Amino acid sequence: MLWLHRFGSLPYFYRVSRPIALALAVPGVLLAVYGVYGGLVNAPVDYQQGDAFRILYIHVPSAWLSLFGYTSMAIAGAVALVWRLKLAEIFVVAAAPVGASFTFLALVTGSIWGKPMWGTWWVWDARLTSELILLFLYLGVIALHNAIESPRSAARACALLSVVGVINVPIIHFSVEWWNTLHQGPTVTRFGRPAMEMAMLWPLLCAALGFTLMFGWLTLWNMRAQLLWRERRSRWVKKVFSDA
Amino acid sequence: MTRTRRRRLMLVGGLFVGLAAATALALTAFSENILYFYQPSEIVGGEAPTHTRFRIGGLVETGSVERNNDDLLVRFTLADCEASVPVQFRGTLPDLFREGQGIVAYGQLNDAGQFVADEVLAKHDENYMSPDVAEAMKDASGTSCMPSNMQAKR
Repeated sequence: MLWLHRFGSLPYFYRVSRPIALALAVPGVLLAVYGVYGGLVNAPVDYQQGDAFRILYIHVPSAWLSLFGYTSMAIAGAVALVWRLKLAEIFVVAAAPVGASFTFLALVTGSIWGKPMWGTWWVWDARLTSELILLFLYLGVIALHNAIESPRSAARACALLSVVGVINVPIIHFSVEWWNTLHQGPTVTRFGRPAMEMAMLWPLLCAALGFTLMFGWLTLWNMRAQLLWRERRSRWVKKVFSDA
Repeated sequence: MTRTRRRRLMLVGGLFVGLAAATALALTAFSENILYFYQPSEIVGGEAPTHTRFRIGGLVETGSVERNNDDLLVRFTLADCEASVPVQFRGTLPDLFREGQGIVAYGQLNDAGQFVADEVLAKHDENYMSPDVAEAMKDASGTSCMPSNMQAKR
């Protein structure tokens, strides 16, 4: 447990998070570019949707990260509420704008895909509505953080909202199986026969992994900024800036 | 683990479990309203509302599409594995519309039991493949049975 305490030390985290973030950024960007290029250019056309299906190489990784991001915030939120770990509090606040951006991207790309394929930009079916609620939850965490002056109580309120809102995550994931929806069922997480040809699936998995590493990079980077702001009156932060 | 931490953990866990139970109950109670569309067998079985507008989802039955030459009126049959409902629609159809395709239409039943739609949306499935693979996988059965992905599990 000793390493955990050491990692909980804020100056230590500030020092090691920089190389960790860069170690996530380089393979993340490379994998994302490789996957998106492979999907947009090299993958075969779809038998039914032609070239229009290629938007899924942005849409699916974004949607995956909208769920992954909120789940990670809820776990960090629970840790922050129970153990009062400062880094967990900062993670909740720092991951929210990154997750909100991916959720927004998932909604917009889905809408652009829906117009030519379904014939509409938007419908109020269970999948689309619950994903929109997820965007509002992210925006709620951001707004809550900005509305409360004391950083500790702001972080605690954000942690609580993350834990409460995570109920929505399984609803989004299973909405297409529990109810009749216009959105189609799951492709990648389906057991049994793969619902996607390998030549199409491979770039998608690369893009999803790349986007995930980029999520880690951006969140860590934002955590560093939040940390400096919260600890701006402490001696170690002053030392960081006087040394620089 | 100290006593305060254990108490906080119980509190957070209790909050989560209570909330999950409440959400599950609410969603079960509202599950009819969350359904985006009714299936043809439910409509024939009288489960769909009669004097209000609702959505129907099914597959366009093979050989059922009739178009008028002088206007945009289209007639076709939407079917699932057990029943079929005649549909008429005046307007532009989505690109994916064709026989065997999953379709969701919005409108009302008339007295003759026909569904008069004023909006038709295409529902594509979760399978992605290149045209040659699709050709190789095509089976000759030509059924208009609802594939499992159109059905919500009850």
